[in-house]
Amino acid sequence: MNTTENLSANRRDFLKTLGLTGAVLVLGIPAANAGTPGFSPAALLNINAAPTGTELVPYVIIEKSTVGHAGVSTPGKITIMNPKPDMGQGTYQSIPALIAEELGVTLDQVTILQTGGEKAFGGQISGGSSSVRGSYIPLRKVGASAREMLVTAASQQWNVPAAECTVANGSVYHKASKRSLAYGDLVEAASKLPVPTNPKLKDAKDFTILGKPAMRPEVPAKVSGRAQFGIDVKVPGMLYASVERSPVIGSKLVRFDDSKTKQVKGVKHVLKATRTLQKRSFEGVAVVADNYWAALTGRRALAVTWDHAGLDKLNSADYTKHLHDLAKEDGVVDHTTGDFAKAFADAPTKLDAFYETPVVSHSTMEPMNCVVNWPTATSMEIWTSSQAPDWMKSTLAETFSLKPEAIKINITFNGGGFGRRLFQDYVIEAAHIAKEVGKPVKVVWTREDDTLQGPFRPMTFSAFRAGLGADGLPLAFQHKVISPSIDATLGDNSRKADKPDKTMTEGISEQKYEMPNVDNRYVFADFQVPTAYWRAVTSTTLAFAHECFIDEMAHKAGKDPLDYRMAMMTKPSDAKRVLTKLRDVSNWDKPLPAGWGRGVAQWEFFAGLAGHVVEVSTQKDGSVKVEKVICVIDLGTVVNPDMVRAQTEGAIAMAITAATKPGITFANGAAQQANFDTNPVLRINEMPKVEVHILAEGGPVIKGVGEPGLPPVAPALANAIFMATGKRQRTLPMDLSKLA
Amino acid sequence: MASIKLTINNQPHTLNVEPDMPLLWAIRDVVGLTGTKFGCGIAQCGACTVHLDGSPIRSCSVPVSAVSGQKITTIEGLSKNADHPVQKAWIQHQVPQCGYCQSGQIMSAVALLKTTPKPTDTDIDNAMQGNICRCGTYTRIREAIHTASAEMSTTNKLPKTGTKVGKR
Repeated sequence: MNTTENLSANRRDFLKTLGLTGAVLVLGIPAANAGTPGFSPAALLNINAAPTGTELVPYVIIEKSTVGHAGVSTPGKITIMNPKPDMGQGTYQSIPALIAEELGVTLDQVTILQTGGEKAFGGQISGGSSSVRGSYIPLRKVGASAREMLVTAASQQWNVPAAECTVANGSVYHKASKRSLAYGDLVEAASKLPVPTNPKLKDAKDFTILGKPAMRPEVPAKVSGRAQFGIDVKVPGMLYASVERSPVIGSKLVRFDDSKTKQVKGVKHVLKATRTLQKRSFEGVAVVADNYWAALTGRRALAVTWDHAGLDKLNSADYTKHLHDLAKEDGVVDHTTGDFAKAFADAPTKLDAFYETPVVSHSTMEPMNCVVNWPTATSMEIWTSSQAPDWMKSTLAETFSLKPEAIKINITFNGGGFGRRLFQDYVIEAAHIAKEVGKPVKVVWTREDDTLQGPFRPMTFSAFRAGLGADGLPLAFQHKVISPSIDATLGDNSRKADKPDKTMTEGISEQKYEMPNVDNRYVFADFQVPTAYWRAVTSTTLAFAHECFIDEMAHKAGKDPLDYRMAMMTKPSDAKRVLTKLRDVSNWDKPLPAGWGRGVAQWEFFAGLAGHVVEVSTQKDGSVKVEKVICVIDLGTVVNPDMVRAQTEGAIAMAITAATKPGITFANGAAQQANFDTNPVLRINEMPKVEVHILAEGGPVIKGVGEPGLPPVAPALANAIFMATGKRQRTLPMDLSKLA
Repeated sequence: MASIKLTINNQPHTLNVEPDMPLLWAIRDVVGLTGTKFGCGIAQCGACTVHLDGSPIRSCSVPVSAVSGQKITTIEGLSKNADHPVQKAWIQHQVPQCGYCQSGQIMSAVALLKTTPKPTDTDIDNAMQGNICRCGTYTRIREAIHTASAEMSTTNKLPKTGTKVGKR
């Protein structure tokens, strides 16, 4: 196979953009049809699955060695493409590690490049805790195929059996004859060989990179201000924009007076803006200037009239009451086992409880922003932070009726994602503005824009009933979720009250507790405010309610909460292993000092599985202090244990914020919190000690990392507070300053 | 429009900007040093922290005219090769996740160690609670400050991380 003749146009163009025209060995996995991803976490996972198709895409590119003056040979450059944008989860290490391990190169020898949504690379979404687990086998196969081709090329050149050749550090060795060849010297011969269809993967015991703690290559750039985020991009001739949007999301723009704005020095254009978020569109007024401060100053001088069209009637207190009213409805069945009604009626002991959680913001540290240029009327270039380059490309192609290949996307480091940067509303808005002014434009959201405009994590309310037998174990169990539907708030009109919504009942029927009669239900609530996936999605609220109610059942039964959970898990399961390990590493059976409390929770959902023990102490001033969080995360196989610890530490911090800080409330249709003064997040003085234990015995199973550390935190914390104070917490947020 | 003289990272600059432009935007958009980040605009998150004559300030909330003629140090001025002891400790402990807040975190930590070379956990809490990290890297920030403190007087080799990050 000749690499230059048999490449598809798509792949050839891609190599050209990398400046590669000479002899190269290009290897990849069969291309996926990127398609149009759906809106659910399950759909996100699907598009992250191993691509299928026939075309090989260039995940690894090995260039021919060059010979310079005096005959000194320089090994060919090795480039590995990273399809998963970095948002702090470490894909610049974990993804190339998969290829490098099998290829037989060290990570020092490779250059990593971020993909930009090119269709050939298939699913490129960083989300659903899927980057490593989705790539684990396919990308190792890429590396192994390249290794086998390079070994074959060397063995043919030396006329020795391939089995006698070994690889290390980017060279093939024949030890018996003490010969070696750098990969770059073998590129021409190797690229003419057939690509192995089923290359042999290394045995895990021979791994030199995978499974070991490793440093991330981008960290030096991130500690020296050199790492480029979307907000840092500057292109020639670029203008800056700030957009005034209605604090009541969805209001219509009636008119605006820009006479004072136009007096601000530097202001160039004032125009109507359109921001499309999935199937909803929002209006605004963009002020474009030759510097950002002028754009912001000009924006503040605007006089805008909005038609709220009744949307300004939303108030959190009324909406909470509305959800309480809806809780009286039966809703639709999410999952049933046995005969709940009869078992509940017959149960000797009964209990019920109602749980509430708030709306919260993503609040990525880097506010939304995007640079767009239209080099021609039919082509577009984007520079931005995004979790979803491929989804962005298909959305832009559809929105602006462009050919996907006419859209070039440059993905920078993401200053936080957490689900917010899966969406493309901020890109579409910037693209409209740049098109109209005919120059490259950078739109930068203020923190207030970022907080007020959402989309937010929705609230969920939970109504429980349980009937316990004489032994205290459940005979009947019901978890009824009452909540808005994320899909519906994003304009999916097919979401109605008569349909279950698995995103909104995420995980409640997946726990390994053995319960003979279960009747889990969903009650749909209409909600005008756009809501979205948030790190660990609906599990962040449902796990709180579910695992606290399990604690209530244990208490009613007079059992230790961990013993009680174990008693409901007679069969072997990963969840049972997690709780067993947790009992050991948390010293569960050792008494705590007076005034302290300890709580446990576990949660298994689409992203993976973890269990936590939280320790709290009551303080003399009536506050509760979170002392320590001990986490056991179940992975099966681990790629970089240090990154798993980092992700889990971070998940715990984010979960404590969501459980204890005020969150977002609405009055007269608008969010009442706009910046970190009224929408606080956890600070260093509030951060507890954290211990992370990884269960990774190896084998074919590989579970997600980024999200599972989050859901058990709130319930374990609430259960610990109950143990310390005797006060059961059924509503988030918990104000730790006055609980003791 | 005013002509404002500033020294940033030992380089003199004359900026023709509106006097009320926050120092942050002057540094980022006019001087072109983008290591200093915009996070909140109201001195609540610390992402924009720079040093004014050695002391940490929130550049988002200081008009550029207020610091006319003074010396500013940004993250880019801390070292040439990410080898300030605090940066080295940050690399050793792999502190950053997304990394967006870390310029500000590091500038606050450097200022802390200047006044308090051997900080306790309480000193760290007091000095660093103005810097928000949404990724939750606080436990590592604490460890890294202790490491940097211990190593301020010694010279350590910069840990190597391997893979190069290319530009397309």
